[in-house]
Amino acid sequence: MKPNSIVLVKQVPDTANISGQVMRPDGTVNRAKLPAIFNPEDKVALELALQIKDKYGGSVRVLTMGPPKASELLRECLYMGADEAYLVTDRRFAAADTLATSYVLSAAIEKLGNYDLILGGRQAIDGDTAQVGPQTAEKLGIPQVTYAEQIVSVKKNSVVIKRKIDGGYEILESALPVLITVIKDAATPRPFKARRIMAYKNAKSLLELERMTESNSLLYINDLKEEYVSDGLYISTFTMDELDVERERCGLAGSPTKVHKVESVVLAGNEHDKIEATKEGLSQLVEKLMQDHILG
Amino acid sequence: MPNYFTDNPDLVFQFEHLAIEEIVALVEQQYSESQKYKYAPRDYQDALDNYKKVLEIVGDIAGNFVAPRAADVDIEEAQMENGEVHYAQGTSEALERLSQAELMGMTLPRKYGGLNFPTTIYMMAIEMISRADASLMNIFGLQDIAETIHKFGDAGQCEEFLPRLASGEHTGAMALTEPDAGSDLQAVKLQAVQDESGAWHLRGVKRFITNGNGEVLLVLARSEPGTKDGRGLSLFACHGDDSVKVRRIEHKLGIHGSPTCELQFNDTPAQLIGKRKFGLIKYVMDLMNGARLGISAQALGIAQAAYEEALKYAKAREQFGTAIYHIPAVTNMLVNMRVTLESNRSLLYATSQWVDLSHKLEAQIQALKAEGKSVSEEMARFKEASKITSLLTPITKFVLTESSNQICYDALQIHGGAGYMREFSIERLVRDARITNIYEGTSQMQVVAAIGGVVNDLLAEHFNEKEEQKYKGTLRKLVDHLIEIREIFRDSLRFVVDKKDKQFQEVAAKELVEMYSYLYVGYLLLDEAEKDERKIFIANRYIVAGLGNSRRNAETIMSDQFVDLLHADKILA
Repeated sequence: MKPNSIVLVKQVPDTANISGQVMRPDGTVNRAKLPAIFNPEDKVALELALQIKDKYGGSVRVLTMGPPKASELLRECLYMGADEAYLVTDRRFAAADTLATSYVLSAAIEKLGNYDLILGGRQAIDGDTAQVGPQTAEKLGIPQVTYAEQIVSVKKNSVVIKRKIDGGYEILESALPVLITVIKDAATPRPFKARRIMAYKNAKSLLELERMTESNSLLYINDLKEEYVSDGLYISTFTMDELDVERERCGLAGSPTKVHKVESVVLAGNEHDKIEATKEGLSQLVEKLMQDHILG
Repeated sequence: MPNYFTDNPDLVFQFEHLAIEEIVALVEQQYSESQKYKYAPRDYQDALDNYKKVLEIVGDIAGNFVAPRAADVDIEEAQMENGEVHYAQGTSEALERLSQAELMGMTLPRKYGGLNFPTTIYMMAIEMISRADASLMNIFGLQDIAETIHKFGDAGQCEEFLPRLASGEHTGAMALTEPDAGSDLQAVKLQAVQDESGAWHLRGVKRFITNGNGEVLLVLARSEPGTKDGRGLSLFACHGDDSVKVRRIEHKLGIHGSPTCELQFNDTPAQLIGKRKFGLIKYVMDLMNGARLGISAQALGIAQAAYEEALKYAKAREQFGTAIYHIPAVTNMLVNMRVTLESNRSLLYATSQWVDLSHKLEAQIQALKAEGKSVSEEMARFKEASKITSLLTPITKFVLTESSNQICYDALQIHGGAGYMREFSIERLVRDARITNIYEGTSQMQVVAAIGGVVNDLLAEHFNEKEEQKYKGTLRKLVDHLIEIREIFRDSLRFVVDKKDKQFQEVAAKELVEMYSYLYVGYLLLDEAEKDERKIFIANRYIVAGLGNSRRNAETIMSDQFVDLLHADKILA
């Protein structure tokens, strides 16, 4: 079995490294000030896909939906070892919630076709919903395994997966194709490879090529695209027109999630209880924590 | 998320101001490989782009992967168990990471799995790796071994040894030193014996061999029985198989992650590299020059780490109601450290470019000769570049390794008592730096290697040109200082030469070499100050201090204070 994998990846703001300038006084995030990074668990998913390829053969394609800038992320995937990269981008896809995102992603996956494994991170560090993977599987009508921590083996028509559960793990076998979301501990992503960096540093999406033609009237987009395709440096780009989707199910229009209100919650201690380091003190503490629903 | 390339503005400055168009064109043979390899550059700009992107990866791995493991590597140390050497866990992990990133054959040709980078870029990588963990450099920095096999070995030997070195599957060692042959390698005894079939075998002991447990060993051995000097020595390559026994590893002051081995060769099958009798006089000299440059980069990396620690501590530590950073005595130490770092960096990368130019011209001459073409023009330039390289390499090693120790010393001083404790990494840096001015030739040996070129005033033409150059207003005063340093140097040199006392010349050599380095580096800094306003500060402090030091050096030479060496026995009795 030489499985063909598609890895779902996302470029996210680096929420782990928030500096002073990032938060606006009103408590909202100034995205322009945050460095954009490879969503950590997606990077792990790509690593797993590459390990599967190293072991069993097959191919690894990566897919992202995002603004034109997301091609940075796709180049990084190529630096790690992905065979092909696909960018789904369109203004009409913007402001999508998880429902609209998984709808468009599933349409893009259908278009790519010929897949056995779809891998992605458990969740992205910006939204933290963990919904896009499962919803995509639902729309494709394929099984899903979440919280994977190890791909035990890939067989002829199935895959064996170890997944994390409360207090331990379980080992499952799923038919192919299957969508798998992975947790951070599943693997350590490999570094970018020097030769691939040099080979793919100039890989470009359609939008980036268009921008080149805008600043140089001697360049024609079709010729340019052809040149990049033949050099293996073209990042395939899908807009709404290339996908079999209904417009009202995409982007803001297709997103039932509405942000009602954003509240900046500042946690500040103002009083404290002193608890003695005795048995009585401890049971008092446990009781209090249960009352506050911190322990359940 | 520290990236040791992008977080170091001075290293980026050096990179951005590299003028290596000719070197890159030579190393890329006019960009002829871009058709064959997708990752080969199409032109100069593309090549620079490649270098930068790869240096960013080195900086990322150094800052985020290697550095966090350095303290544990220092404590765990390389170990020997049942005759086998094991790296500390952090060392193994870091080597694996660097191999995965395809960084273990940076200067080797593409056909052997290398990146075909100039030495200058490789040195930048070494600086960053050393800043993260000096001891890792001792393995990462052994890529010169592959380079030597490539340069002097035959095609079969290249095929046999290089691909696995480039991939990181194998590491190497240079086995030169013996118990009785340290600085004086002419005394090497290890025997190379030829059997009836003509195959070579090695017998004997090598000592203090960095990474002697490596899979590929370059060994200097006596191939001509009965000879006593360097002309009886040849260079061999062998595999570190069962016939090579690691007898022990040393317990050292610093660079704990790097195993220093005593090796016993028991009829080890070996291959002659290049020609017989050229081992020491040609190949090892070449290898050592490369290694000396590498150690200079290592010293610079350690010094950079020490400075960063001192700066961080000085800003955080409050005494007398203020961060000690603001106390003038401390501020001054920090400024001195920073100026030294930046001037050292200028020197290192200027020297690296000379090394590159001379190596690449040499390769081109070989290629042209093979095609039966005339090489007279290239030959003249190569000879010139080679002379300058032989002068600047020991000067660089002398200056950078000595000042690395000084910077570490001052950085610990800024930490006060806390710096003496293991909680801070500065004590490790002090220990790690201490070897740099000893191995690959002590500072005293570097002075010996440099003094010939200094006495012959090899850079006279270069300095004449610089004196004629038009510098902007603020810098003219500094040019005058440099002119004065040159006069002082010439007076001192004349004094030494006229004395016709060999012993005196030997002790005065250090003072002369130092003065010469102020001149060369001083002009480098002036050129930088022309391009960048901030660098005026660096040039100013460096040159003003250089003038003061030169006056003192001249005083030392002319005051006859060395005369008492004649009575050394009485003094030391």
